[in-house]
Amino acid sequence: MKSSISSVRRPRRQGLVWFVPLAIALALVPLFFNNYYAQQATFVCMYAALALSWNVIGGFTGYPSFSTAAFVGLGAYAGAILQNAGMPMMLAWVAATAVTALFAAVLGYAILRMKGHYFAIGSIAIVESMRLLASSWSSLTGGGEGLNLPIFPGGPDHAGRVFFYAMFVVMIVAAMMSLWLDRSRLGFGLRCVQQNEDAADMVGVNVNASKIAAFVLSALFCGTTGAISASWVSYISPPDAFSILMTLKVPVMALLGGAGTVLGPVLGALVFVLVEQTLMSRFLDYSQAMLGVIIVFLIFFLPGGLLGAGLFERLSGRLARLRRASA
Amino acid sequence: MSPLLRVEGVSRYFGGVAAVNKVSFELAPGEIVGLIGPNGAGKTTLVNLVTGVLRPSAGRVWFEGADVTAQRPWQASRRGLARTFQIVQPFPQMTVLENVAAGALFGGGAASRPEAEDVAMEFLEFVGLAPLAERSAMSLTLPSRKRLELAKSLAMRPKVLLLDEVNAGLNSAEIGAAIELIRQIAARGVTIMLIEHLMKVVFSLCDRLLVLHHGELIAQGDPRAVASDPAVVKAYLGSKYAAQEQQVGAGPVDAADPVDTPSGGGHD
Repeated sequence: MKSSISSVRRPRRQGLVWFVPLAIALALVPLFFNNYYAQQATFVCMYAALALSWNVIGGFTGYPSFSTAAFVGLGAYAGAILQNAGMPMMLAWVAATAVTALFAAVLGYAILRMKGHYFAIGSIAIVESMRLLASSWSSLTGGGEGLNLPIFPGGPDHAGRVFFYAMFVVMIVAAMMSLWLDRSRLGFGLRCVQQNEDAADMVGVNVNASKIAAFVLSALFCGTTGAISASWVSYISPPDAFSILMTLKVPVMALLGGAGTVLGPVLGALVFVLVEQTLMSRFLDYSQAMLGVIIVFLIFFLPGGLLGAGLFERLSGRLARLRRASA
Repeated sequence: MSPLLRVEGVSRYFGGVAAVNKVSFELAPGEIVGLIGPNGAGKTTLVNLVTGVLRPSAGRVWFEGADVTAQRPWQASRRGLARTFQIVQPFPQMTVLENVAAGALFGGGAASRPEAEDVAMEFLEFVGLAPLAERSAMSLTLPSRKRLELAKSLAMRPKVLLLDEVNAGLNSAEIGAAIELIRQIAARGVTIMLIEHLMKVVFSLCDRLLVLHHGELIAQGDPRAVASDPAVVKAYLGSKYAAQEQQVGAGPVDAADPVDTPSGGGHD
């Protein structure tokens, strides 16, 4: 009986087929290319980790969160303050992750009662509040002047490689978390919440606890990423750490790859970073406007994302309709 | 036998309106009890109070001897108090199998997803939906969705099952099948309370009836006795009709041939 059921289960689009080669290719970039490419690869890993994280709350659970930058910024400040207080760099990263997770648990308890647009606005307000707090609490955060961190020894090429592999590891762990979540009891409960929150409650899903767990999982690696990038750049300031642009960019990447798919956000981050960099290097003045137009087009023509279900079916349907219209 | 579920003076106010007013009743293990009453009588509100969707303004709910008045819906379903909704509530983009597996995993305490899917398949076969297991829930017809809802609540392995108008919107052939299904569920040892407008269903299934009107329990007991109770007739058909019936001296329902009462009748 068991085998007959599992044989009729739909195969999930997990995307390991392309993820593993992509990860290997990324891992080789700093070994074969110069520091500029290593830096771009670091951005890809960083945004992939952030988009995978956002996917837990925005994709699996269906809560449109714009809190990404709040978690990244908190991780950056926590890491920087601890490192400046004498904590070893790696340990500071781990501690920053823990601080961010704790913050997300408390914050989630408060704002996950809101739904839809209200939740979205509430979550973006957190980013602004955190930025104001960071610029006002000068004794701890250095206020508007920001904080300097010790420069990583060994020269830029060496540092570039170290920080690339740090981000790479975070991305891999975030991907493993997504794969685990997809098969776990918690992940199943989150999909129930995403489909129908009242019905989820009624079948016995502890909805509030599940949503808070999802929010914490979505914050965890944002904290790590923030702390690593603070060490990498060796300087943080409130508008950089709590960046509204980042809080909008990350969900777009996840949607581009396919929200709710297991590894789609990685693909979304890769495509987004490559397109953004290409546009910036060719058309510095207009790059952001062009990016905006591309995003609008993608949302119109690829609402399910690159890995979303039914892309090919819809495209072939569109073609058939065009043919019928012209005939 | 000690009651499985005991509701003690439960009230719920919305603003100044008492949707449910000091209602008390008990369910004994193995019973099938019908909850009837005109539209707006507070039947669904009462089910919501028992399953933790709403918190009572006053009164207590006891389940297996424990005070469960303050429970949340997910706690109710884990305890063995399951319900179906009048308006079906599937997880639309999941498969039929996943829908039922969710009930088995979270409410029914299955240890893992494969085990939950085995349990789900068993109940899909029971309600006759096994061939549609891999279809998405939103592709189902209304009768199938009602069956899905039943399979989902059964997969939670309930001790008490509250069925909120599972027959609404079904044709008479489908209702016959649904009655048979409810009978089979009861035969598995599940205590059932069903909200129902169709007297055919009530009379063929229920051991006992509760009648709710304006939030108050106006009658309870043997179905035939309740159906000829003047207070019940008045609630359904108005005081003028009840007075006429009193003079003629016969109940409105012929005991030999139970008919479908006007299901929308809520007039005084």
